[in-house]
Amino acid sequence: MAPRQRGATDPAGERELLSAGDVARTVARMAHQIIEKTALDAPSAPAVVLMGIPSRGAPLARRLALKIAEFSGVDVPTGTLDVTLYRDDLRRGPTRPLETTSLPEGGIDDRLVVLVDDVLFSGRTIRAALDALRDHGRPRAVQLAVLVDRGHRELPIRADYVGKNVPTSRTEDVAVLLDEFDGRDGVVLK
Amino acid sequence: MKHLLSTEGLDRATATSILDTADNLKRALLGREVRKLPTLRGRTVITLFYENSTRTRVSFEIAGKWMSADVINVSAGGSSVSKGESLRDTALTLAAAGADCVIVRHPASGAAHRLAGWLAQAGTSVVNAGDGMHEHPTQALLDAATLRERLGSIEGRRIAIVGDVLHSRVVRSNVHLLSALGADVVLVAPPTLLPVGVQNWPVTVSHELDAELPSLDAVMLLRVQAERMHGGFFPSAREYSIAYGLNENRLGLMPEHAVVLHPGPMLRGMEIASAVADSPRAAITDQVRNGVHLRMAVLYHLLAHEEETS
Repeated sequence: MAPRQRGATDPAGERELLSAGDVARTVARMAHQIIEKTALDAPSAPAVVLMGIPSRGAPLARRLALKIAEFSGVDVPTGTLDVTLYRDDLRRGPTRPLETTSLPEGGIDDRLVVLVDDVLFSGRTIRAALDALRDHGRPRAVQLAVLVDRGHRELPIRADYVGKNVPTSRTEDVAVLLDEFDGRDGVVLK
Repeated sequence: MKHLLSTEGLDRATATSILDTADNLKRALLGREVRKLPTLRGRTVITLFYENSTRTRVSFEIAGKWMSADVINVSAGGSSVSKGESLRDTALTLAAAGADCVIVRHPASGAAHRLAGWLAQAGTSVVNAGDGMHEHPTQALLDAATLRERLGSIEGRRIAIVGDVLHSRVVRSNVHLLSALGADVVLVAPPTLLPVGVQNWPVTVSHELDAELPSLDAVMLLRVQAERMHGGFFPSAREYSIAYGLNENRLGLMPEHAVVLHPGPMLRGMEIASAVADSPRAAITDQVRNGVHLRMAVLYHLLAHEEETS
């Protein structure tokens, strides 16, 4: 299959926002920003932990950690944080399957936790994640990294690191595709 | 899922998703200081027990509380049941008082099914926590969770259930669930403790425990239910123990990896020797621990989704 022209709409009504190469470059840029903003390679560096929100936040957190190690030489521990049990919309749909929660060795107490997710939309997932974090310990601070911010916030939440801002309408659907789940990388608007 | 009344008819996909939820809950709570999830905040769960119970009632109560549900315990002795109120009226009272879920144990087989029918209008979920000699689905699910944890898988495993099959609701639930999950189930009991119609169950039947032991991945022992026995089912407790009790010699006949389960309460020296019950091969305390997570998973599947009309 020939690579699609970026921005072109295919017959299925999908428009590619980021290609596989764009995703890789965006993740690399976010890794640089995290290094810069947290100063994690400084002598008095805070202990940084990346917590991915399943499903697609988890591999994104691992990719960011790889890039951070590559650029700064610092190994940042990663974990996954399932927020399903903390959601406020459980009674608005069928039963949601639970995902895995795994904290890095040493937990999150007194560490700088960077939450990682694929798309920031209403902010409700992040609200649930903040509640879930509180039950696992007391981080020194919490930051948020998202690959795509599509707007339409319903809560006073913003991201510290944004891969790409995408203006969308509420009826559109932004899908982040990752090799681990979808067999290829990319971001498409449906 | 609206009710959990039996494992008969529970399909493999649903059963597996409940077991997976229990696994994830266990992992989510591992090593946490605060074992409290907000998931069922504002929901009311009532346990209604017409028979005695320690582990089932306690683990349902803990499960509900860890998920922030309000849990209220009603037992036959301390309620209007002792004044002669019927099961139906008691259930309707609990529903009217605001129960989202009633967990019921009753000596009559089929009681939970009747209750679910009476409460359909109120929209209350019903969990069968043991009805007479019929079913005890959460026990079978927690047994399956424990087997999966210890053995890694259930598909193709050979699992013996030994003892008082006739009076056991645990065995009925386990037979349906384990065979749905692809296990090879063998029932071992004296002919007097096997029910009529057992030849139609998806199991093989044996009267010789020693012959079965070398091929087993797990053995599940059943309590001899003296309270349900009126008449001579076997000559003496000692003779039963010699023929069907799991002692250390018999444990030695089983493969190294094989595990021992007992739904409890155990009669040490009767169906299980004390040394076996306390050995690392026995998963009996694991069963209780998994019981809490499994029951959390059941409450999650019943209560944490939009209203269904059933």
